[in-house]
Amino acid sequence: MQNNETIVNIIRFLVLVLIQVLVLNHINFLGHINPYLYPLFILVFPLTGNKTLLIFLSFFLGLSIDIFGDSGGVHAAACVFIAWIRPVVLKYSFGVSYQLNTLKISKAPLLKQLVYIISMVLFHHLILFSLEIFNVSHILLILKSTLFSGIFSVVLIVCTILLFSKKEA
Amino acid sequence: MQRIILFFVQNRNFLLFVLLFAVSFALTVNTHSFHQSKVVSSANFLSGGIFGLKTSITDYFDLRTQNELLSEENKTLRTLLSNGGQLSSNGVSDSLPLDTNYRFISARVINNTYSKTKNNLTLNRGTSDSVKTDMGVLSPQGIVGMVNSVSKNYASVQSVLNTNSQIPAKFKKSNHFGTLIWNAKDPNVVQLIEVPRIAPVAIGDTIVTDAKSTIFPPGIRVGTVQNFDRKEGDDYYQIDVLLFTDMTSVKHVYLVTQRDASEIRELEKIVEDAEQ
Repeated sequence: MQNNETIVNIIRFLVLVLIQVLVLNHINFLGHINPYLYPLFILVFPLTGNKTLLIFLSFFLGLSIDIFGDSGGVHAAACVFIAWIRPVVLKYSFGVSYQLNTLKISKAPLLKQLVYIISMVLFHHLILFSLEIFNVSHILLILKSTLFSGIFSVVLIVCTILLFSKKEA
Repeated sequence: MQRIILFFVQNRNFLLFVLLFAVSFALTVNTHSFHQSKVVSSANFLSGGIFGLKTSITDYFDLRTQNELLSEENKTLRTLLSNGGQLSSNGVSDSLPLDTNYRFISARVINNTYSKTKNNLTLNRGTSDSVKTDMGVLSPQGIVGMVNSVSKNYASVQSVLNTNSQIPAKFKKSNHFGTLIWNAKDPNVVQLIEVPRIAPVAIGDTIVTDAKSTIFPPGIRVGTVQNFDRKEGDDYYQIDVLLFTDMTSVKHVYLVTQRDASEIRELEKIVEDAEQ
């Protein structure tokens, strides 16, 4: 059971990284907008999993994307941030009940799912673009990129979750 | 020790987050040179700001020494300037300006008046510093007056704001000369008289000292023309000169003496006596 979960997670990790760097980073919608699918790994990581392990894994996830994209560490920083802040977001989107084993993300009410996904993605993109642009006077550009990439990423993540939950059912 | 380990264990997630975030931040900054320059410049902004604050406080404790150093430096520079770029006139590089035409002595004003009709200043140098009467006194901006009496440690200077004071001066642009006097009205304005009417006078012209004066080196800036007037039928202009020196706040001055001054004066006296 444990092994199964670990293997599933490893496969998820690798597949997400590969899809991101091989496919999604080259979309450049309207010139510069790219969706980011790999935060999905952090979003659907088992809710009862080890938090410390999650932070480590998200660091390596972001670092892999960075290595392929030559961006230095922005993805790693953003992923580490949302991995650390995940418990807080879970608490305010699903209520305190997330700590019980009974909650599965794909089975929760749609609104709560959306709140969770949108919050995590927005935090991630905000940190990502702030570090990338690194200039407070360009705050409008940061917010614009966050919003547009965020919408694109959220749409993609929701579709993927729907796809995979249907398969289980 | 136990409590430290307990602290680390209880907050391990946060500490791990901080650690990994710092690592990725460092990687980011190292990769992009724009980020590097911004980080370095904000570090400079922070450290520079704090150091600036510290020096603005510690500078106050150092002001007296700094002022004295600057005064000495100015004296050397003025010597250089007046002697055509040499500290000694025969070209031998000598640290003691013994053989130069103009010698400068730095001094500080210990008493100053500017509201009487005959104003004098007192300086903290006297015969023990080889100050003699009839030495010219300059400020960093222009002229101040001339020494009229000396004691062992102090000297009294007849200010340019003195109705007895008559200093030759000329226009910088055209070399037409006149005499500077004071009509006791404004402590910033002296009057230039005996300028012939063919001289081109305009507001803003610079007035400098003349070589005629054995007291001041030529070319020392005195002031600018504030306004001028010539009554009909008068052969001379009456010109108001706004002084460069603020006579109300002069503090550091330089006494200047010309080595050949006494020789020139003697020669002129002989000619004058012979003509009378």
